[in-house]
Order: sequence, then C-alpha cells, then structure tokens
Amino acid sequence: MSAVEVRVPVLEARGLVKRYGVVTALNGADFDLLPGEILALIGDNGAGKSTLIKALSGAIVPDQGEILLNGTPVHFRNPLEARKSGIETVYQDLALAPALDIAENLFLGRELRRPGIVGSLLRVTDRPRMLSEARAHIADLKINVRSMKQPVETLSGGQRQGVAVARAAAFASRVVIMDEPTAALGVRESGMVLDLIRAVRARGTPVVLISHNMPQVFEIADRLHVMRLGRRVATITPRSHTMTEAVAFMTGATSFQGTGG
Amino acid sequence: MVGILAIGQTLIILTAGIDLSVGAVMAFGTIVMTRLAVTYHLNPFLAIALGIGLCVAFGVLNGVLVTSLRLPPFIVTLGTLNIAFALTHIVSNEETIAGLPDPLVFFGDTFRFAGTTITYGAVLALALAVVTWFVLTRTVGGRHVYATGNNPDAARLAGVRTRRVLLSVYIIAGLLDGIAALVLVGRTGVGDPQAGQSSNLDSITAVVVGGTSLFGGRGSVLGTLVGTLIVGIFRNGLTLLGVAAIYQFLITGVLVILAVAVDQLSRRRQA
Repeated sequence: MSAVEVRVPVLEARGLVKRYGVVTALNGADFDLLPGEILALIGDNGAGKSTLIKALSGAIVPDQGEILLNGTPVHFRNPLEARKSGIETVYQDLALAPALDIAENLFLGRELRRPGIVGSLLRVTDRPRMLSEARAHIADLKINVRSMKQPVETLSGGQRQGVAVARAAAFASRVVIMDEPTAALGVRESGMVLDLIRAVRARGTPVVLISHNMPQVFEIADRLHVMRLGRRVATITPRSHTMTEAVAFMTGATSFQGTGG
Repeated sequence: MVGILAIGQTLIILTAGIDLSVGAVMAFGTIVMTRLAVTYHLNPFLAIALGIGLCVAFGVLNGVLVTSLRLPPFIVTLGTLNIAFALTHIVSNEETIAGLPDPLVFFGDTFRFAGTTITYGAVLALALAVVTWFVLTRTVGGRHVYATGNNPDAARLAGVRTRRVLLSVYIIAGLLDGIAALVLVGRTGVGDPQAGQSSNLDSITAVVVGGTSLFGGRGSVLGTLVGTLIVGIFRNGLTLLGVAAIYQFLITGVLVILAVAVDQLSRRRQA
C-alpha cells in the first residue's frame, strides 16, 4: 500500500446490489469519493449510475452492500437522513418548486423559524433572515439573479440550476451529488454551472457528478468512475486515459487492467 | 357557510387535489348535531362536538385513502360524497329536524355594527379565513402546502413530509365542514337533510374564481374570500332577478368552467 492511498474516502460503497423485480440495477457496485475531488460517474444508459447515486443519497435502500461515510457505516432510509449526514443531492429534473421564490426554494424543508415560542410552537417562518441568508449563498457562488423574491419559474435554466446547486452547497457539509446538472442547458449556461461546481470544490466540498458529456467530464473531473452493467469497471483520471478509452470501458470493448483505486 | 367550506377547499386545491364531499359532509354534520340534540336530548355542546367529530372522521377517511392507498382525490371524495349523502338521509329519516336548543343556533344570532346586521357566523368565517391566510403564508406548514402542490417530488426530496401535509389538509377540511355545519344550523334554525347540495360546486367555484389554480401550488385564501363574495353576490343577484334555482346551477356551472379555462389558458401562455 502506497502513501497516497492512506486518504480515507469521504464516501464509500462496497458491493451494492439493487434489484427491481427481474432487473438488476446494481450488481455489486463499489464506489469511493476522496476529499476535495470532483468525481465523475460515467456509463451507458442503464449502467446503474442513477441507482448508485440514489443509494448514496438515501433515495433508495440497497438490497445488499454497505455505505461508509468517513469510514463509518451508515444506513440511509430516506433522503432526509442522508442530508442530515451532510450529503446533498441536485436532482436531474431541477427539483425546485417553480411557483415558490428563490429564498423559499433554498430553505424548502428546513425553513428558518422565528426565535422563541412563535417559531417553535407556531412554526412561524423568519422570512427576513431567510431572504438575507439566501442572498449571501447566491452571492457566494456568484449566481446572477436580481431578487430572492423572484419565483423560480421566471429564471432561465442556468439560473435555476444555480439555485439548485446553491441549495446543495449551502447545506452540504460533506458531499454534493449532482445528476446531469448541465443536461438541459445551453453552452454558456453549462459553462456557468461548471464554474459553480469548481466553486463548490474550492470551498472544500467533494462533488460527485453524473454526466453524459465526455468533453465536459474530462474538462472538470479529477477522477472518473466508469460503470457498466451495474458495477464499477474502471477508475481512471483525465490524464491517465483518453475519451476513447473511457468509452471503451463503458461499452465493454476493453476491460480495465488497473488496481481499481 | 360556503366561505368556510371554500377555505378547506382552498387548502386541498393548493395541494393539487379536490374535495367533492364538502357539502355532503357538512349536511351530514348538521343532521348528526340536530338529531342528537333534539331526538336524543344529548347535551347540545356534546352534540355539536360529535357532529364536528364525525366530519373530521370523514376528513381522515379522505386523507388516508388519498395518501396511503394513493387513490385520486376526485374518486375518493366522489365516493365519500355519496356515503355522506346516504348517511344523512338514513340518520335524518328524510325529515327536517326542528326545535333546536340555543347553543346550536348561536352562529345565526346577529349583532349590529356600523349600521348593518351581522351574524356571528359571518364573523367566524372571516376569522377562519384570516387565520388560514396567516398559516399558509407565514408558517412552515403553510409553505409546505404550496410546495407539495407545486412540485410534490421536489418537496419530498427536499425533506417535506408530503403525505403528512396531504393528510393534514383533508383533516382540516373535514374540521371546517363540521364548523360550517354548525354555522348552517344557526342560519337555518333546523337540521335539513337537503342542505348543502350546491355547496360542492359553489366552494370549488369560489376557490377557482378567487384565482387558485386547480393544478396546485398557486393561489390564496384571500382570493377565495373574494371568490366567495363574487359567487354569493352572483347567486343573490340571480335570486333577486327571479331566476329559478335550477338555472342558477346552470349558470354557476358555466362560471366554474370559464374560471378554470382562464386559469388553464394563462398557464399555457406562461409555459
């Protein structure tokens, strides 16, 4: 074991299995995310990428296998438990409520309440504080929106993704997971979101990124986790391998000869 | 009375549901209260409590069927509408129940304020609307009602307990049906098994005319208040013009379709 490998993964999975009836979505999948990195999850449709991150984010419970957070086994029964452990997920379909405004979306599910009994018993929200904190989070990631009171549906696709990322980044103490964050965006807006992802890494939070966009993945990721038929078939870096080689692993044209770490 | 039903209807429509049972459940509540108090000489307050309690039970039934069995609210409340309707006629034996003790008719009592006569029932309806407005706009639970109606998946993933939110709005609507029943008994002075038959349509019309979207997540109780007034004035106006009740149904039906069409068209233009 070399000195480099002593780093404990922030998030780790061993032998995850998930079956839906006769379909095996995860077939003994391993996973590890190192501190401060951007890890891209790539694979063909149906390779199990989405199922894997759903297991990591608590959206599904795997049938077998274990998940470790900072080396400690964890068992998430729902997304809320994962979030309480500091794992935030940005879902593919922009999981925002369009009619609610930016501040309300940022704090959805963990609204700030007024101090004292008004907040604890009557659950009255502290709107001024949510507005000002939302402003700070949005400014932190340099997202360009006019007012925190703007309904999300009036924003562009890139701005909406910005709000979704800002929400994840604001509350993620350990990991941010993003499922196809640029899939619905144009070139310029995709660039903006990539900058956001780097900004999240710069704050010290590791990022797991699912993407189909190879050039984008090779531009931003520190490491690539290649999936095929429900398991990890390779772990490579943009420097060690080319895009063609990555695609060959994805399709099964070649198999990985490395040590998998 | 329609105003109180419309408040509950607003909550449910905000979650993208619908409650067709409000009028029938209210009628059932009036019959339970009056029958217990008059025929069985039960303490009037206990009769009121049981009447409201059974309305809440209908709310629980609607809510459980919608959340646990994931049945469409339209079908669930269509079913409970008929159950409540049948029970009303069974319990009342098709008779109007009269000779009510005082506590049952309190909300029909009036007082004079600024030169007009106002019933306590109207004051209660207004107070309930204000409380609901506050809860919807200023509390965590209220915001979760909007989020659940607007994008249930997003709300759930964000940690909102959407099933609990849905269950709550149906139970609260049941409670409001019970309160509306008490107010109705006060206004008419009897337990009438025929009551509330136009209330479903009226409450939905009031909500939709008040600007709340049937697709959920958008709208307000204040809009419903205005919608209730419009529907009320509309009906009164038609009555004063001598339009027969059956034509009022016809016109209200057209009104609700128009209001939904406007909502749908404006939504489509935005998208």
